[in-house]
Amino acid sequence: MDIQLKRGLLDVCVLAAIKDEPSYGYKIIKDLKPYIVLSESTLYTILKRLENGGMLTVTTAEHGGRLRKYYNITDTGIRRIEDFKAEWSEIMSIYRFVVKEDKDE
Amino acid sequence: MNKAEFLDALRKALSGLPIDEVEQRVEFYSEMIDDRMEDGLNEEEAVLDVGSVAEIADQITADIPLGRLVKERIRPKKKLSGWNITLIILGFPVWLPLLAAVFAVAAAVYTVIWSVDISLWAVFTSFAGSFLGIAVISAMYFVQGNITIALATSGAALVCAGLAILSFFGCKAATKGTILLTKKLALGIKRPFVRKVDNNE
Repeated sequence: MDIQLKRGLLDVCVLAAIKDEPSYGYKIIKDLKPYIVLSESTLYTILKRLENGGMLTVTTAEHGGRLRKYYNITDTGIRRIEDFKAEWSEIMSIYRFVVKEDKDE
Repeated sequence: MNKAEFLDALRKALSGLPIDEVEQRVEFYSEMIDDRMEDGLNEEEAVLDVGSVAEIADQITADIPLGRLVKERIRPKKKLSGWNITLIILGFPVWLPLLAAVFAVAAAVYTVIWSVDISLWAVFTSFAGSFLGIAVISAMYFVQGNITIALATSGAALVCAGLAILSFFGCKAATKGTILLTKKLALGIKRPFVRKVDNNE
């Protein structure tokens, strides 16, 4: 897949995984597994990028006698998801056009 | 491999990166292993599931831009003593040409690889161009009513078109190969920056 497109998709996937409630690294990977397989280092890079872009904040909380990092979505992050939905209808219409071209051949 | 061994190996593999970046990564993987164990895996299984240290280090290396790696490495860890500075300045006629030569050789090798691709594409362009040119000439003969020459030239145009199509696939494959090679080279160049050279090994 085109790298730019994939990067954008992954960002939105991770944001969607923390949209309803704050989540932690391993849970994000598990929640996304049915749709997209993320390696730890890929997730780390995405989380850093989203944090630097102000789309999520990181909090540390105690869990079972150790510290765990939780990722919380921000308003900017929610807006990113909304933008994605709007962009997606455009992409879908392009997709339908491309598929139609294939059939005509 | 248990968790502590894994994290130590990871720390070592990333030792060329700034210390706080290494610790953040190590912390991240430590949490990942703990969460897997909480999920029912035993320590060994959890470590295996996270992946091999070499693979992880390679992925991290590929993610960090070369410019940043070089900057981190060039920044001196300790303050330079007066002597060191004097040596660097006195040694300047020696190290500057050497450094320039290393860069020049690297740039030359890279240029040579790409020039092969460029010349292949030039071959494709010339076939495609000849096809267009000859097709126009052939059309002109048709219009003039000179059918024999028109047929001969349109045959030549078809040959050029065929060669252009064939060479297009070759060019595409060669360019793809070069891009792949570039990625591998970049990883190879970046590796030593991420992992410190250990003389004891």
